[in-house]
Amino acid sequence: MTGSTVPGVVPASRLRLRLEAREQPGLPTHLAVSLLLLLAALLLAGTVMTVAGGNPLDVYRSMFGAAFGSRWGLNDTLIKMVPLALASLGVALAFRMKMWNIGAEGQLLMGALAASGIALFAVPPDMPRLPALALMAAAGAAGGAAWAVVPGWLRAQFGVNEIISTLMLNYVALSIVQFFVYGPWGERGFGLTPMFERHTWLPRLTDFADQWSALRGLTLHLGILAVPVAIACLAILLERTKFGFEIAMVGDNPDAARYAGVRLRRTMIIVMALSGALAGLAGMSEVSGVVHRLLEHISPGYGYTAIIVAWLGRFNPLAVAVVAFLFGGLIVGADEIQSAGISSLLQGVILFVMVSGNLLIRYRIRLRPPEAMR
Amino acid sequence: MPVEGTFRRHCSMPRTSESQSRTQTGPRAAAHSRNMVEMRGISKRFPGVLANDRVNLDVAAGSIHALLGENGAGKSTLMHILSGLYRPDSGTMKVEDRTVSFASPLDAIQAGVGMVHQHFMLVETQTVAENVVLGDHRLGFHMDPSAIRDTVAEQGRASGLEIDPDALIWQLSVGERQRVEIVKMLHRGARLLILDEPTAVLTPQEADTLFDRMRGMAEAGRTLLFISHKLNEVMALAETVTVMRQGRVVDTVPQSQVSRRELVSMMVGSPVLFDVAIPPVQQGRKLLSLRNLTVENDRGQTAVDNLSLDLHQREILGVAGVAGNGQRELAEAITGLRKLQGGAVVLDGFDVAGANQRRMIDLGISWVPQDRQHTGTAPNLSIQENFDLKRYRTARGGLFLDRSGQASRAAALLAKYGVAAASRHQPVRLLSGGNLQKVILARELSTELRVLVAESPTRGLDVGAIQTVHELLMEQRSRGVAILLLSEDLQEVLSLSDRVAVIHSGRIMGILPRVRADADTIGMLMAGVVPAGMPT
Repeated sequence: MTGSTVPGVVPASRLRLRLEAREQPGLPTHLAVSLLLLLAALLLAGTVMTVAGGNPLDVYRSMFGAAFGSRWGLNDTLIKMVPLALASLGVALAFRMKMWNIGAEGQLLMGALAASGIALFAVPPDMPRLPALALMAAAGAAGGAAWAVVPGWLRAQFGVNEIISTLMLNYVALSIVQFFVYGPWGERGFGLTPMFERHTWLPRLTDFADQWSALRGLTLHLGILAVPVAIACLAILLERTKFGFEIAMVGDNPDAARYAGVRLRRTMIIVMALSGALAGLAGMSEVSGVVHRLLEHISPGYGYTAIIVAWLGRFNPLAVAVVAFLFGGLIVGADEIQSAGISSLLQGVILFVMVSGNLLIRYRIRLRPPEAMR
Repeated sequence: MPVEGTFRRHCSMPRTSESQSRTQTGPRAAAHSRNMVEMRGISKRFPGVLANDRVNLDVAAGSIHALLGENGAGKSTLMHILSGLYRPDSGTMKVEDRTVSFASPLDAIQAGVGMVHQHFMLVETQTVAENVVLGDHRLGFHMDPSAIRDTVAEQGRASGLEIDPDALIWQLSVGERQRVEIVKMLHRGARLLILDEPTAVLTPQEADTLFDRMRGMAEAGRTLLFISHKLNEVMALAETVTVMRQGRVVDTVPQSQVSRRELVSMMVGSPVLFDVAIPPVQQGRKLLSLRNLTVENDRGQTAVDNLSLDLHQREILGVAGVAGNGQRELAEAITGLRKLQGGAVVLDGFDVAGANQRRMIDLGISWVPQDRQHTGTAPNLSIQENFDLKRYRTARGGLFLDRSGQASRAAALLAKYGVAAASRHQPVRLLSGGNLQKVILARELSTELRVLVAESPTRGLDVGAIQTVHELLMEQRSRGVAILLLSEDLQEVLSLSDRVAVIHSGRIMGILPRVRADADTIGMLMAGVVPAGMPT
């Protein structure tokens, strides 16, 4: 350093930003930083809205009101949350092991396709509701799992990059769904199948309006029960089982896992299967709980949003579900203000800010004069 | 490691006129009337290690000069300084009698110094010609592809390195890619060519071809300086050899006046034994028997060649050898991590060859791997979890993880092995090398082990930690464990072993009982020479 200034006085131009590692960031740090980053993201998106001539405060207020302000809003938010949460939990599971499964969209579609096939052709008209739904759920999970096992196996056996293969299979899945809804299963070329029989529908809250009149009109279906079950199963799997410990090992250091006797290929394939099964269940719950038929646009990109949600939830099952709930609200709120761009703008900005702000969790920023930097 | 005894004469450093005059007595002494390079008092410190310590190096113009030393001796650092990748902390350099100071490899190449790295720096999807001229600042904005092709082809022909200028890099073999790298440097005007372990990636046939080309380039007046830790190629190719050890130059000698054995002694030094109490025990029965083991390395070359060894209960069998002679592959083969090409691994009478790592663990084969961070531990998992890396599977709980057992085991191990850590929940990446090694040893020694494979178990540790590790090994020996100690540290092998096996090119050159294992004999065997009168 060529110091040529008065001793003790550091010119502002020589102050340097310095990153200092935090040893082990705790939960309060995580929460505080996340909240800060969320505010920053809203601010950033608000700036864009202001430039575009809108009033961000009004926008945020009406979005919030629409999503969380009434039981109708909450109903819609929860409906959006179900597929998001299930798919995100699947993605988070794979990401835990550093298997970058970004094919939740395709897995969801294949799950929806399989469940629809069962509903349309395999369930006899006199079958009671419970076994019919169980059959559809099993088919949905199997469809999603099958679609994920293919890239999982390719990765395990031949080292094929799963990012590329899972992404590409999304488009294949979409084409297959299109083939069925316009072709053999379609109804007059509209890109949708006939309506399912009622006993293959997931019960909705409004179906119980006879007993509890307050539920009348609420369309939330019982697929939502799958969310807490999935959270609990995943949390137990990851934290309490030997298989979960193997996932943690492989995720942290595959070489050490191999050295410790973990069967890497097997672990990879099973994790991908479970990951895909969760996305497949999301697809099943959409066809059986919401639209009651298969159609081309069964998913408005839940599988892709799931990647963002999983990431923001830091692959922690409970946190992922919370983020999924908030993102469900974001989708509903954006629908309310009738500007399709807002939702993806906000999603994008939030992810961008959160991911780039990630380092604030591991480091704190210090302002230091150059002399002190040594 | 203090250097004493027989080889003191090699350690006169900094060297003066005496050895300098010797470097000029090679077969083509007349041609070597001046030095291509003179490095004086070069030092380079990295955090925690003095990589080069007042190094002097003279390289005669037009000669083939080898820089020999074990891993970590400072060879690569020195060459990175000479090729402009690093700046020295102190010292001066002259190239062709001009004092130079390189800020970048570009400066170096302009002064005529070019380096071919171990990992090639080529663009796979471009042609040979494009790669050769890539980054050549002498080219203007306009490029004439056909002229470039011709220049590159001509350059290759002139130096005996024929390459097709239109071939795409990804289509080429490793040997051909290396040729492209060399032509690239020659095209830039390198008069001194530095090659970093040039044969490491080559087949023996490719290596022979490379040697011919290198001799040809030297005949044509270029100077070649290559890094190696293989004695064979140094003896076959170099006119002058500079040996480095622990950041210093041990000596520079003409190849014609030095034996392999002397070179090994210079590389490994003359060890002072550790003071380890060796409890007298009765050697037990044969526990592990390797029969005609053949194993390939990652590049598909034979690394362990038809090797046979017997290991007994209550015995430490030390394997001494220069790094890269098949030790790693041998350890991985025994522990089930590496596939065998042939042979048998007989454990207590049963052939377990081909069993995977999981099965080997269950059979009671513990392994302290050389690479503590990348193989031995999961850095972000806690100490507690790393203790349980292998044990969790057989612990109670069925499908569920035995968390409470894990916690109590961890607390016990932490205390018993004296791991200095804030808590058992601390991630192991925060531990020092010595404490990390204690975690690994605690894990590997706390099972029902029958065989222990220990790879360089004290590398990089301080004296106190080394003492602890040695005591732990002795304790296991007394308990009846059969220990295979693979170490580059001759001092350690000679201090601990009941018998010493010497490995060279994947073969066992000889096995000596402790009383007959002196550094001289071992050194000869490490160089691949069987001393006269030694029973085999």
